[in-house]
Amino acid sequence: MAITESVAKAAPVAGRSLRQVVWSRVRHDKVAMTCLVILILLYLIAIFAPLICKVIGVDPYAFDGASISDSGGAPIGDWGGISRAHPLGVEWGTGRDILAQLLFGLRISLLIATSATIITVFLGTVIGIVSGYAGGRTDAVIGRSMDLILAFPFLLIILALSGVLTQRLSSLGVPEGNPSRILYMILVLSVFGWPYLARIVRGQVLSMREREYVEAAIAMGARTPRILFREILPNLWAPILVYATLTLPTYIATEAALSFLGIGVLPPDTSFGAMLANSVSYFSVVPSYLFIPGVVLVVLVVTFNLVGDAVRDALDPRSGRV
Amino acid sequence: MSSYVVRRVLSMLLLLLLLSLVVFILFSILPTDPARLTCGKSCTPEIIEANRHRLGLDLPVFQQYWEFLKGLFVGRTYAANSPDPINCSAPCLGYSFRRGEEVLILIKDGLPTTIWLALGAFVFWMVAGISLGVYAAIRRGTWRDKTVMGVGLVGYSLPSFFIGLLAIFFIIIKWNLLPYPSWVPPQEDPVGFLQTMILPWIILAILYAAFYMRLTRNQMLEVLGEDYIRTARAKGLPERTVIGKHALRAGLTPIVTAAGLDLAGLLGGAIIIESLFSLPGIGSLAITSVNDADLPVIVGITLVTATFIIVANLIVDLLYAAIDPRVRLG
Repeated sequence: MAITESVAKAAPVAGRSLRQVVWSRVRHDKVAMTCLVILILLYLIAIFAPLICKVIGVDPYAFDGASISDSGGAPIGDWGGISRAHPLGVEWGTGRDILAQLLFGLRISLLIATSATIITVFLGTVIGIVSGYAGGRTDAVIGRSMDLILAFPFLLIILALSGVLTQRLSSLGVPEGNPSRILYMILVLSVFGWPYLARIVRGQVLSMREREYVEAAIAMGARTPRILFREILPNLWAPILVYATLTLPTYIATEAALSFLGIGVLPPDTSFGAMLANSVSYFSVVPSYLFIPGVVLVVLVVTFNLVGDAVRDALDPRSGRV
Repeated sequence: MSSYVVRRVLSMLLLLLLLSLVVFILFSILPTDPARLTCGKSCTPEIIEANRHRLGLDLPVFQQYWEFLKGLFVGRTYAANSPDPINCSAPCLGYSFRRGEEVLILIKDGLPTTIWLALGAFVFWMVAGISLGVYAAIRRGTWRDKTVMGVGLVGYSLPSFFIGLLAIFFIIIKWNLLPYPSWVPPQEDPVGFLQTMILPWIILAILYAAFYMRLTRNQMLEVLGEDYIRTARAKGLPERTVIGKHALRAGLTPIVTAAGLDLAGLLGGAIIIESLFSLPGIGSLAITSVNDADLPVIVGITLVTATFIIVANLIVDLLYAAIDPRVRLG
């Protein structure tokens, strides 16, 4: 202990933790900083969506018979009935406000994608570390199960099992309807997502378990959980962080795709995918039904990807060369 | 080498066996009742019960699985004791009572469309992805590199159903550049075939090309820093040879891995694109079967798709040695 302290004092340059290095690199990346600010804003909007809707005076659930025509339910006015009361127009047939639906859709998208990413990262990290460190039979069994999961056509399985498993979640005490459907999405995205991260983590652990500090910890009598999660895990944050930031946007897109295929939240709730799916019947007449949720979805995913890229560049020791 | 191949093939067969078992157990929790689909409107619980027994659907899951495995190798007969038994010859992937057809035949019917879709998109995205990736790597740091990579990032972020809907809206509805998509085999009507397929190809290609661009660029940058590239340049080789023969070839391994798996995945059907453009491929078959709760077909497609991916995995690993002379299998 005394030695490390004296070395630290003697060193002319202060050591920087990984977090400091990454933060200083990301901070100088203008695109990344802009995107980061946008993302924080989007999360705030999602969290405070009900409040914002109240302030603007829109409601995602309220029917507005005055804004649609009596026969057929087409919105009155151009671009899906854009007016002062409904800044982005209203839904065909019900007159519900599009802007409010968009805000609440953002909420559901971010809720699902963020939770699924957290669970994926947790599962992938723990299983990857255990698999890499244990080796032998444990590693082989985990490896084969990962091969198995990766070989599944996951979209088909998710679609086929959605009805039953959603019901099963309901019978386990999750409130019926959309809470069960949202939980199902979070769970299936995580279950089919963790092997990718586990593979990366396992590869890293394979080389780390031979390092001196692990040997030193073993010699000092540290127990295995301590070695795994206190000695090895801190050295894995770089690949885990990169994986997490790049997984979140793919989950947003996948969730939208699943909602588009009809297994997402049910009305009166909505999400980007569901809004796009509804637009199919009307977009030749009201193109804004297609453009508004689509563009917001793309912006969301692009922003996340840009931040993810910046984090990866900042964490890559070779990024200076390129 | 040959012992490696044998070992890999054996472990692949084991994985397939395990996979089919997992699929069977997974889907056995579905409450859908294939027996209910065997008789029409005049169904009574007694008839359904009798049918269930005749078809072996009242057996425990593991016994049903065993029957399924046997059917794969020697074929099987459904309702053997009834006046009109259903023969399903080996390899029997199951029988769809909903459609009154063998699952294998249903998949075979959808496969040509899906193969055309996958191969066309594959050619587009590999050519675009690799050439743009190499271009960006050679021009690294310039605005050209940044533009290409920026466009790639956007392409990578576009959800397929959104580009699909946009393409249908603008190109087909608004500007009438193409007729409404309707599938015809290329040998019957080459022009109609191309008119139908061009949009799906391009849309799938955009999604995948963006990923391959980034991958190729990263690989090239890695390899271009190697000593043997400097040596090749110092020998006075033309830049074209240095890039094409020395750099690209050495960096190709992960690209081939990804390409093999992506192509195999697509052969299992592109659910969203196929249903958007009404292409009667495996993806459309899958989604209708899900909506109809047509369990045998879902199981069949899952198994066939997973088999594609597992086999592709093997082929890709074997290809490594052929592409990269530094790789030794063992």
